[in-house]
Amino acid sequence: MRSDTILEVRQLSHLYANGQGCRQIDLDLYPGEVLCLVGESGSGKSTLLDTLAGRRVPQSGSLRFRDRQGTFHDLIHGDTATRRQLARREWGHVFQNPRDGLRMNVSAGANISERLMALGQRHYGHLRAQARDWLERVEIDPARLDDLPASFSGGMQQRLQIARNLVTAPSLVFMDEPTGGLDVSVQARFLDLVRRLVHEHGLAILMVTHDLGVARLLAHRTVVMQHGRIVESGLTDQILDDPQHAYTQLLVSSIVQA
Amino acid sequence: MKIEFNFAFLDENTKRMIRRGLLKAVAIPGYQVPFGSREMPLPYGWGTGGIQVTASVIGRDDCLKVIDQGADDTTNAVNIRSFFQKVTGVATTTSTARASLIQTRHRIPETPLRPGQIMVFQVPEPEPLRTLEASEQETRTLHAYQDYGLMHVKLYEDIARHGHIATSYDYPVMVNGRYLASPSPIPKFDNPKLHHSPALLLFGAGREKRLHAIPPWTRVESLAFDDHPFEVQGWEAPCSLCGSRDSYLDEIVTDNAGSRLYVCSDTDYCTSRREEA
Repeated sequence: MRSDTILEVRQLSHLYANGQGCRQIDLDLYPGEVLCLVGESGSGKSTLLDTLAGRRVPQSGSLRFRDRQGTFHDLIHGDTATRRQLARREWGHVFQNPRDGLRMNVSAGANISERLMALGQRHYGHLRAQARDWLERVEIDPARLDDLPASFSGGMQQRLQIARNLVTAPSLVFMDEPTGGLDVSVQARFLDLVRRLVHEHGLAILMVTHDLGVARLLAHRTVVMQHGRIVESGLTDQILDDPQHAYTQLLVSSIVQA
Repeated sequence: MKIEFNFAFLDENTKRMIRRGLLKAVAIPGYQVPFGSREMPLPYGWGTGGIQVTASVIGRDDCLKVIDQGADDTTNAVNIRSFFQKVTGVATTTSTARASLIQTRHRIPETPLRPGQIMVFQVPEPEPLRTLEASEQETRTLHAYQDYGLMHVKLYEDIARHGHIATSYDYPVMVNGRYLASPSPIPKFDNPKLHHSPALLLFGAGREKRLHAIPPWTRVESLAFDDHPFEVQGWEAPCSLCGSRDSYLDEIVTDNAGSRLYVCSDTDYCTSRREEA
């Protein structure tokens, strides 16, 4: 394992009773890198993401995470308390549907402050200042600090999710189809924002998408999955311009040319 | 026909089961212990949890006081008191100082409690995180990992909407620096009385089937923010009957013109002050 790997996945399998899921996955993720998982529906990419994020227990394989202090954590056999601690401090999770990732019945400010309060911050004034700062960073008018997320547009809710996750300066963010529900112009703005934040904060992002356009714009590396296995992986431009595997060729050729 | 009851209505096995739960609750202050709540001869929400706890700990030498919103003479208090008179035959009182066992709904008496006394609280919702998190599995996990950031979300939201922490009753407390607990719907005015209380405090939730406890002299902190510290309510006027300035007052509207009167919610405290004067 290279000393700067942030996430190391070896022979990881999680299968459902019907035999679907993901099997024998090998993957490395480095700091500051955006990795896209692409593939058709049912190819196991969301299962893989959930397993990596600790929300499903894999049946076999190993999964290790390196925190900012350089300590490695075994995420499968390690204790749950540490994993929850890591999830709060070091990870973020952006869901396709903002309703899964936000608390819809409390204000935007409370949504952003929740992780800070979980880490023990107890000064209302400071929490508010940070929440306001983050609203600005994700291009939401700070005057909407006390508004409920339900009154936000889809794109704003998605950016609020980003703010809520990044406020504790995580080193790794999982994103599951974050642009799925957004129209094209909002999507472009969202991708710009993500690219800027990755650059500013040195984030590593693991993103599931079925949209090769998103991968092209954002991802340094792309992993193609089919039937629960990785069939091809490499630099994004390499994969999209010179696909080697038959399935990847099919996928690339099916992009509608604008 | 004369109906015979077991002493304190519940059968001995049930009482033993509840006492075991209470021992665990006392051993882990603030932790919610599940127990097999029984059907009681009154509806949920009227104090079934409190009654079962009282029935389990009451002895023949006890002197029982029952209060509801501070008063000894409201329907709930009168009926629970007469229920225990009937099924145990123990002495009852309205005096806080004389009582050895006090079952209460919504108040802690103004007269300071003393060592050896037991307070039994009727609890509608023992889980302080419930309004924020509907899943019992999730709230138990949060307790297990002491993951209490969520509770501050509620207080944050209070300040954002009202400019101050507007929660005025059932104000969440941290017991012994470990478990977040609901003090039952007592006004936050009574929260400071929980801290280092000389009496044993037992909480019973009948519908939710949970017991928890605060043993004597336990540290109990009300949650707050550094720049919005915990504060209790205050009143502009003293009690119109006894003139007390430091008891919890009820507001009574006296006519259609909006005239109002403030009187002590603790009737025993108010009466004894007037008798002394």
